[in-house]
Amino acid sequence: MATLSQTKVAGSDTQTHNAAEEALRIVFVGHVDHGKSTLVGRILYETHSVLPSKIKYVEEICKDKGMKFEYAFLLDALEEEQDQGITIDVSQVVFKTARRAYRVIDAPGHKEFLKNMISGASGADVAILLIDAEEGLREQSKRHATILSLLGIKKIVVVINKMDLVGYKKEVYDTLKTATSRHLASLKLTAKEFVPLSAYEGENLVTKSSKMPWYEGLAFLPLLDSLDRAALSVDKPLRFPLQDVYKFDKQRIFAGRIESGKISAGDEVLFLPSGKTGTVKSIEKWHAPIQTTAAAGESVGFTLTDQIFVERGEVVCHSASKPEQAQSFLAHIFWMGSQHLEKGAKCLLKLTTQDIECTVDAILKVINSSTLEEVAAASRQVAKNEVAEIILSAKKPVIFDTFDVIEETGRFVLVSDRQVRGGGIILKRAETYSAI
Amino acid sequence: MDHLDRLENQSIFILREAYKKFDKLGVLWSMGKDSTVLLWLARKAFFGRVPFEAVHIDTTFKFQEMYAYREKYAKEWNLNLIVGVNQDAINRGINYKNNDPVTVCHELKTVGLQQMIAVKKWNGLIVGIRRDEDGTRAKEKFFSPRNIDFEWDYKDQPPELWNQFQSDYDKDTHVRIHPLLEWSEIDVWRYVQRENLPVVDLYFAKNGKRYRTLGCQPITKPVESNADTVEKIIEELKNTKISERVGREQDHSQRYAMQKLRAKGYM
Repeated sequence: MATLSQTKVAGSDTQTHNAAEEALRIVFVGHVDHGKSTLVGRILYETHSVLPSKIKYVEEICKDKGMKFEYAFLLDALEEEQDQGITIDVSQVVFKTARRAYRVIDAPGHKEFLKNMISGASGADVAILLIDAEEGLREQSKRHATILSLLGIKKIVVVINKMDLVGYKKEVYDTLKTATSRHLASLKLTAKEFVPLSAYEGENLVTKSSKMPWYEGLAFLPLLDSLDRAALSVDKPLRFPLQDVYKFDKQRIFAGRIESGKISAGDEVLFLPSGKTGTVKSIEKWHAPIQTTAAAGESVGFTLTDQIFVERGEVVCHSASKPEQAQSFLAHIFWMGSQHLEKGAKCLLKLTTQDIECTVDAILKVINSSTLEEVAAASRQVAKNEVAEIILSAKKPVIFDTFDVIEETGRFVLVSDRQVRGGGIILKRAETYSAI
Repeated sequence: MDHLDRLENQSIFILREAYKKFDKLGVLWSMGKDSTVLLWLARKAFFGRVPFEAVHIDTTFKFQEMYAYREKYAKEWNLNLIVGVNQDAINRGINYKNNDPVTVCHELKTVGLQQMIAVKKWNGLIVGIRRDEDGTRAKEKFFSPRNIDFEWDYKDQPPELWNQFQSDYDKDTHVRIHPLLEWSEIDVWRYVQRENLPVVDLYFAKNGKRYRTLGCQPITKPVESNADTVEKIIEELKNTKISERVGREQDHSQRYAMQKLRAKGYM
């Protein structure tokens, strides 16, 4: 375990020095005022990730406002945020420890900015759910937990913050730990760890706190260092959503990012939904070592031995392990639009590089994302910040995998009036519902 | 896949999305290290080409070395270079002797860009800003809309989930595309090193000073440094306690200066 001095030395670089290891992307979520920005600000401070000039700048602002040093201001850069003491939009900042760099997403806790929280959290490897030791689980803590489960973020660390306000008492921590575990279990989530701390006082952050000798786990930063990044889906079937086809010269290059699996020169590939096939002649990159195989996460191009005509939106795969193809499917969605989503509504479905018009065929269940209680089914509409189980019917076949099989090709966004208003994950194809 | 590979792959994906979604696309090139890396990534994405206009909004106050570099690499990299100057403001005597840096930056960069957009009708503009440069840039999105008055509505930004970027807007809106958002300063230098990219000489130390960022000559100050190679710059950045944009006067001339500049359309 890192000691204070080790961590300070290792953390004294202001920028990543481990060039090889990828940054871990972590999102801090929880109810407004439970101390997310303070915790992130304090971590930046402790790991020497903010420059002295920035600390001086915040000192001056705090002095002018007649308040004590506010760690949150190291993140909340907008004038309105500092005036109101709330995070409006996500900030992304970097800090580093002995092991690696962290890309931190500080998500707003206020209900009004849930959309920003979702946007920030969608790219995270690990989520930190912050709970105020005095206040316990509140509306937004619960709502954020629901969203995490829908975003497929499985690594969750629960931080019980502001332990100083409850005298660092074990009983308070134990009670909250039990209540939170129970709530997460109802969402089929499990917290990897629970940590009691005080962000403002810096207790249990870098080293174990002497004020909480009863706590047996790691301090917060060493705990983060013990977690691993979400792995790329290299060992799953090939899914190469076609992003574009380039004909800059005689060659036709099929470009895209591999969402899962691998593609190699010599492979027989199948394009769906067109059903066209071809043999991969070469993997194409510019100004890079020649390679004959490319894998998940790589943005590449490939050529075929024989020319075929296909467009963006096709998914390239191997015929032995095809994705699902259906016009109708069952999905869990969260709605961010201020206008309700109603049965019969038309949306644009965006799934990888597919843009397909679709209709809400049925609204089976609407769940209040905070209480997890089912909203009266008769309402037949999904309000802002609600979660629902719906059937979507598309105008054309959609190529996908269910979210539990391949996440990257099992999630989508819904666009209405040109705005991204919803997001969701596919549970299964819906045979019984005919397309409209 | 290592850290730089991941960043490179992500930037290429974003550039290809932009190329597909916007029919009138430009990339802002200031000849600095970031936008030069951006052009290189475009060549990676499009197999050696930059298939859209490379735009320099010229304040006319840049360093001579930057103009020489611009001419050399515009030719060598076969760029379709467009240079825009707000001649009207210059004729009105807007300069660093008469005006404060925020005013000059707004007039010669933001308004200069507005004038070019009015002519060129770009609906997508690729810009090499990074989140680690400034607190307001930390809140940026990959695809960030600007209305006809160039305003950035930072309180109500479109959500970006799972690499789905909102690109469909009315004709008066243009979208800023930010492929380097997740890169840090040291990532950029490591990439310059890995790809062996040419950068303007001013970045390298002479007589104990070097430029950490390049802007307009009158308001860009060098920092103390002995780093005269890319390797030494990377070493220096591992230990620095000084912010990257410390030498850029417009950022520090007033509190929330970047927020004010950026809300009005500054990059």
